[in-house]
Amino acid sequence: MNVDQTIGALVEVLTTLAVVAVAVAVLEGFLYVVLVRWLKARLAVPFMLIAPAFVGLIGLIFYPLLWELNVSFTNMSLRNLRDPGFLGLTQDMFVGVDNYVRVFTAPVLQQATFFQVMWQTVLWTVLNVTFHVLGGLGLALLLHRQMRGKGIYRALIVLPWATPQIVALAVWRTELHSEFGMVNQLLAGIGVEGPGWLIDPFWNFFAMVMVNVWLGIPFMMVILLGGLQSIPSDLYEAAEIDGASSRQSFRHITLPLLAPVLTPAIILGVVWTFNNFNVPFVINQNELETSDTLVTGLFRAAFQYNRYGFAGAYAFVIFAILLLFVIFYVRRSGALKGATE
Amino acid sequence: MSGATSVPVVPAAQAGPAAAAAVAKGGGGRTDSFGKRVVIHAVLILASLIAAFPVFRVLSVSLRPEDRLLEREFKLFPEGATLDSFVHVLTDTDFPQWLFNSLIITVGTSIVGLLFAATSAYAFSRYKFPGRGVGLTALLATQLIPATMLLVPLFILSIQLDLKDSYRGLVIAYSVTSVPFSIWILKGYYDTVPIELEEAARIDGASQLEAFWRILLPLSTPALAIVFLFNFLAAWNEFVLARVLIGSSTELFTWPLGVLRFQAQFQTQWGDLAAASILISIPVVALFLYSSKWLISGVTLGGVKG
Repeated sequence: MNVDQTIGALVEVLTTLAVVAVAVAVLEGFLYVVLVRWLKARLAVPFMLIAPAFVGLIGLIFYPLLWELNVSFTNMSLRNLRDPGFLGLTQDMFVGVDNYVRVFTAPVLQQATFFQVMWQTVLWTVLNVTFHVLGGLGLALLLHRQMRGKGIYRALIVLPWATPQIVALAVWRTELHSEFGMVNQLLAGIGVEGPGWLIDPFWNFFAMVMVNVWLGIPFMMVILLGGLQSIPSDLYEAAEIDGASSRQSFRHITLPLLAPVLTPAIILGVVWTFNNFNVPFVINQNELETSDTLVTGLFRAAFQYNRYGFAGAYAFVIFAILLLFVIFYVRRSGALKGATE
Repeated sequence: MSGATSVPVVPAAQAGPAAAAAVAKGGGGRTDSFGKRVVIHAVLILASLIAAFPVFRVLSVSLRPEDRLLEREFKLFPEGATLDSFVHVLTDTDFPQWLFNSLIITVGTSIVGLLFAATSAYAFSRYKFPGRGVGLTALLATQLIPATMLLVPLFILSIQLDLKDSYRGLVIAYSVTSVPFSIWILKGYYDTVPIELEEAARIDGASQLEAFWRILLPLSTPALAIVFLFNFLAAWNEFVLARVLIGSSTELFTWPLGVLRFQAQFQTQWGDLAAASILISIPVVALFLYSSKWLISGVTLGGVKG
């Protein structure tokens, strides 16, 4: 460790935190004067309490989003890197909805069109969430009983979730190496010649899904195990007395009573998987365009092809898709109803 | 920003005492036959192997001497097992620096994030004010935004504001990233604490904020610990924003950027990667397993509406 660097890093972090603290103090002082002294507002306290967090969120999320919306109507790019101003009107950068039209009509990446990447992302999401739920539910049902070694099984099975994700992914990428990786060595052990996981488009996508299924099952299992444990056991006893089979108890007791846990878990699973950047990005190392999902494609459009205006439009299209899905699903399932009461 | 590393708000699962009772009685209240038990154990052993095998494999690689790194044979303790890779990664690479960078950024931002969330959640839990419902919904909606979507604006804005290639931008961003999720968890928990306790304190002459500080916060320690842990893990594992903001200056790297650099050069650095992975993972996994009980109950408590 280099002493200068270490001290420099520490100083930079501490001064930034100090600046944040001063900014919060100034903000609170300002609000106090305006709300309490001038307006004599009765509800000054809650606004003062939420102000620092919301100012931070406005700076980190809402303002950048507005900025991006603005840029999405311009032809800003690395080659045309000027401050566009409002819609690029004064800088002669305004291109109207051209970028949005081009998202659907021109290739978003070098070879792939939007609909190809979209289809790939849907496939990625559906495969992953299906396996997560089935695997997680299966393991949760197996573990939801009195048995020997339950704690050990649980601890081992949650390892993929507990491991820092980038570590797990860096290791998987290495293990997928066609010659030295564990996967192909194991396959060779049973007499199968493993594919080129990192260079073959189909197998690369397959590997992404495989790794993400491995990563995601433990979370679902733990959540569903919690759900199973909240179902009162007398329901099963009553069902047994009435002569219900295990399958009937599962269909008529377990599944309906698990729904309040399962529904939000699926919504979150879909959103997370759809938005998952690390897994496709690290497993593919940003190499094969064919393995891109919408979000890694967005990264490529923005930071490899450097078309910022176009990337902005592309980003809002992705967001719209996600928003429509969630609104649709929440309406239909009634999940989150009353959560904001 | 998407909470790729955070944990969700899942309503209604309760891992409390009632749940423990249910477990003690056994899942369906049936006794499994011997054959069924064998099958169940077989499946669970297989699942455990699949989940844990890569971890043991990395452990084994990290113990290999340099000339056997690419050996095809798998043994948990390889012939000539040595700690050379660990020594190398700790003394001859920038790894300790990266780890230190990550540590100070993560600790600092987790504390700030927790303070922001703890106070905001109090307002949402105890006051009715105009814009409350909208605010809560907006917080939830931020969880939909793909992190990638914010990268272009944050990248350009950080250049304009001179926040790139320094920790300034990263520290500010990490302080706020987990706040929406944290507010939801804490608000849910505060809602379960009877307001009468604070009212009693107020009758005894405490101000509203004293009641918050002296009564509610101490009672909420478990939830605060969980939220701190979530913030910590989110910042500790964050990769893509760090790559965009500090990815061009090696000496500023946080460990995820550094580890991926080891990964990029396969032949030479498999030992470094394995040793670094083990060093990073052991404390995180230990913390995770140790706190997993509260993690789950905290997550689920947060979703229960008060």
